[in-house]
Amino acid sequence: MKRLLILGGGTAGTMVANRLVHELDMAEWQITVVDQDETHYYQPGFLFIPFGAYGKADVMRPKRDYLPREVEVIISEIRLIEPDKNQVQLVKENRTLRYDYLIIATGSHIVPEETPGLMEDEWRKSIFDFYTPDGAVALHHFLRTWQGGRLVLNVAEMPIKCPVAPLEFLFLADAYFQDRNMRDRVELIYATPLSSAFTKPIAARQLGDLLEQKNIKLVTDFNIASVDPDKKAILSYDDQAIEFDLLVSIPTNMGSDVIERSGMGDDLNFVPTEKHTLKARDYDNIFVLGDATNLPSSKAGSVAHFQVDVFIENFMRYLDGLELLPTFDGHANCFIESGHGKGFLIDFNYDVEPLPGMFPMPGIGPFSLLKESRVNHWGKMMFRWTYWNVLLKGKEMPIPAQMSMAGKWQR
Amino acid sequence: MLTKELNVALDAEGFMTDPSQWTPEIAEMMAVEEGIAPLTERHWQVINWVRQEAASSGEFPSLRAISKRSGVDTKELYELFPKGPARKIARCAGYPKPKGCI
Repeated sequence: MKRLLILGGGTAGTMVANRLVHELDMAEWQITVVDQDETHYYQPGFLFIPFGAYGKADVMRPKRDYLPREVEVIISEIRLIEPDKNQVQLVKENRTLRYDYLIIATGSHIVPEETPGLMEDEWRKSIFDFYTPDGAVALHHFLRTWQGGRLVLNVAEMPIKCPVAPLEFLFLADAYFQDRNMRDRVELIYATPLSSAFTKPIAARQLGDLLEQKNIKLVTDFNIASVDPDKKAILSYDDQAIEFDLLVSIPTNMGSDVIERSGMGDDLNFVPTEKHTLKARDYDNIFVLGDATNLPSSKAGSVAHFQVDVFIENFMRYLDGLELLPTFDGHANCFIESGHGKGFLIDFNYDVEPLPGMFPMPGIGPFSLLKESRVNHWGKMMFRWTYWNVLLKGKEMPIPAQMSMAGKWQR
Repeated sequence: MLTKELNVALDAEGFMTDPSQWTPEIAEMMAVEEGIAPLTERHWQVINWVRQEAASSGEFPSLRAISKRSGVDTKELYELFPKGPARKIARCAGYPKPKGCI
């Protein structure tokens, strides 16, 4: 029996397990998935919890329900990856699992401890995150009785999971406070370490304009050094201060601690990965999928999905002794909620920034690209069903893994 | 721009496109353009470490990596290279603009 071990049963790990059981001869292979958490979270849904559109139950399902019956599932923390011995040590029962091939899909998570002052007295009193279910729920409770003031949304440092989430949060906040007839009592400020509203120029311009229209103040090049919880202010390395009544923080995002313990990561515990093949840079029988990579692609579910598509084909070649093809192009496809039942869609890769145009999708689309529309909002809302029922289960999606220029307007 | 006189390839934003063309004189000229000249020993510690790291790893280090391992912490990096240290360090060290992650 050949052994394939998948670390992490989140979006990437679940999708790849579902695909592999169909591609591999399960009489010859044993596949094991290890994850420390029984619950699968629909992470794109966290954004809607603070505004009461979703509750916690809407974004939680048991992991086992989405993993194929043919794979062994172990719920345990991972103590250490030992790539030189082709084995992984688990905390549970001190088990050691040997592998022939390893897939690392341990994701990324927020580490508020990285910013001094963030988790002191004001944490979950006037300082919240919405990247954890508990944080999003706590923020929802806070917002229900908030009388207004200055809301500062701060991104601590890049990269973050779902780089459009901060903008979506602000657009939805603008709409939420309007609906509650208190928009005039709320000042919205977006303090970002980036030099514009978004990382890519054309989209940054469009989204920047929208911030202005919605009277959301943009503070660029703000690199947070610390939070002063007594003065209720965020302080930058170059001594700027922004006071807040409510701070919504997107703290530093890092890869799993086990990557650091195993000496396999960069300074943020992301695993050095070959950009176009998804093989671990330093190991020939290890692949890295989803947020765990150090790649300059977005940390997003759509990216994990496209990665899994190209990985499966490449892995089959690899097992046959053929070389890996450079087929991963950094493709990302993201709906951006813009409030009042409208949304944007952006589609891009390593080399092509988000462009305006129309995005063809058989049966449902087309969706307008980089432009507000109601259809895009419904695309996002429908996506939760698609996620649980199609995407995770590894069924065919009507979007090609590689980005296509079809429908995009070039200048 | 001053650096044009040195006959090295620059992109539209004034970053060098080929780090192998770099010389210490270029760093000094970039520093003038960035308004941080003259370069001190502390600046050079950062620039030299970054060039060494980028050459050995093949990738320009993140600000976090620089502050962790160059011997100059984040606070001082912002004093030495105010307003956007990553970009200023990249220019002085002769590397393309660091790709802000997406």
